[in-house]
Amino acid sequence: MTEVRKIESLTKKDIISTYFRSTFMLGSFNFERMQAIGFCVTMIPAIKRFYHKKEDQAAALKRHLEFFNTTPWPASAIFGVTSAMEQKKAEGGDIDEAAITNVKIGLMGPLAGIGDPIYWGTARPILAALGASLALSGSILGPLLFFFGINIIRFLTRWYGFKVGYNQGTDIVQDVAGNRLKKLTQMASVLGLFVMGSLVSKWTTIKMPLVLVSYKQAGHVVSTSLQNILDSLLPGLVALLMTFACMWLLKRKVNAIYIIFGMFAVGILGYWAGIFGL
Amino acid sequence: MNTMQFILVILVALICGMASVLDERQFHRPLVACTLIGLVLGDLHTGIILGGQLELIALGWMNVGAAMAPDSALASTISAIVVIVGHQSIGEGIAIAIPLAAAGQVLTIFVRTIAVFFQHQADRFAAQANFRGIEWCHFGALLLQGLRIAIPTGAVAAIAGTSIVNQWLDAIPPVITHGLQVSGGFIVVVGYAMVINMMKARSLMPFFFIGFTLATFMTGINLVGLGILAACAAVVYVQLNPDFHDSIKAPAAATNVGTDDDDVLG
Repeated sequence: MTEVRKIESLTKKDIISTYFRSTFMLGSFNFERMQAIGFCVTMIPAIKRFYHKKEDQAAALKRHLEFFNTTPWPASAIFGVTSAMEQKKAEGGDIDEAAITNVKIGLMGPLAGIGDPIYWGTARPILAALGASLALSGSILGPLLFFFGINIIRFLTRWYGFKVGYNQGTDIVQDVAGNRLKKLTQMASVLGLFVMGSLVSKWTTIKMPLVLVSYKQAGHVVSTSLQNILDSLLPGLVALLMTFACMWLLKRKVNAIYIIFGMFAVGILGYWAGIFGL
Repeated sequence: MNTMQFILVILVALICGMASVLDERQFHRPLVACTLIGLVLGDLHTGIILGGQLELIALGWMNVGAAMAPDSALASTISAIVVIVGHQSIGEGIAIAIPLAAAGQVLTIFVRTIAVFFQHQADRFAAQANFRGIEWCHFGALLLQGLRIAIPTGAVAAIAGTSIVNQWLDAIPPVITHGLQVSGGFIVVVGYAMVINMMKARSLMPFFFIGFTLATFMTGINLVGLGILAACAAVVYVQLNPDFHDSIKAPAAATNVGTDDDDVLG
């Protein structure tokens, strides 16, 4: 049973089909196995190419319907590695089902650790902030910049992620653990945190016109509001404290939507009590 | 709104709803979704401005792990329709967007639970090596996610601009609408907090404070300038970080000599 068969590699058409399928990988996200069907559907061109017996195909489909969940765009690298392993297995190579599953599961966590800070933490918020700042003046450039910018990044990640994964196969495991990607993640985190810090100051509007002290001086009324005091201390201090409060609540697994409603309550009550102003 | 516009609105809502679960082409982000609704309804300008405002609020909303973000798709489509067709202010649009984001989240949880059924159906198709069947399960669940946004949006589009809706919106007392506008000024910190927490980089927090301080006191600097400074900080930090200099921590690296690197998993 260990004769080595020569199996055709994925064709250009297969790779394009895999790419398009991968862009729909979250379509059937469910609470039992999350991205499992999406993973399986993306693997179909490879399975069709490598396996021709019905029972082999069924077995391959079954092993790609297992639990899967990671950051969607860099997942294309996992599709590449998995395709390379499936090809080896079809050739009669020394790869069992467990090895394929282990690599999938093993890459899931580290890739999410790289992908979440780079794409969700840095690329998207920064492009969105840039786009939104243009959009506020009604410029169509804002949405266009965001949409095309983020989609170019997404396409390149998926397309080259798959290529690298497919060509390197299991060697990629060392890459993921290696310094190059760690460097990239750290750079993204520095960039992201720096910009978040500046946005906390720049894009929050909190006015506190509550008058604390008011006295007459040479016929003029001189009044000091809460805002005056805060501004002389550190402008943006309230926004900074609110950010930390939210971080604290989120760490305690409070649903973001409850926090948002809580903030609305604070706003409405604060306005009613005269602490906040428009 | 004529019939053509009504159909196009539902189509846009369908695309946004599917994009919201896929998180792929970003049609569900307010900046894109509101612009598209504005385009379809013939008021691109208002759509873009509302999209920009909502995008600022939703900036950090993201799906990480199994946690789900508030749903920006439903919030964007419906509030854009209410603002444009119902002639409401942008502030009013923002005020209704947040409860809608919560409703959208509840709906997606519902659909993601139903999708478990599709998962089990896919298992059955897999046993028969039925490729088409698995694809149907996948895209069927995706279509449900689209309908989740398209149906409520269509319902609102059908009644928006009627006097009943406007009366209902006008009945909201000003202390509420103004209070919501006040909160609109700082609600965005929830998104920032989500991003900061997700980074899991306590040791990098000084960069957060540098950014904060620069933006606070250098009032003339815009986002592009801050971005350049941030990129420089990132490069310098990585260059100077001893973790990335093999020469400094060489002794630790020499442990895996002699492993056959062709056969890592063999």
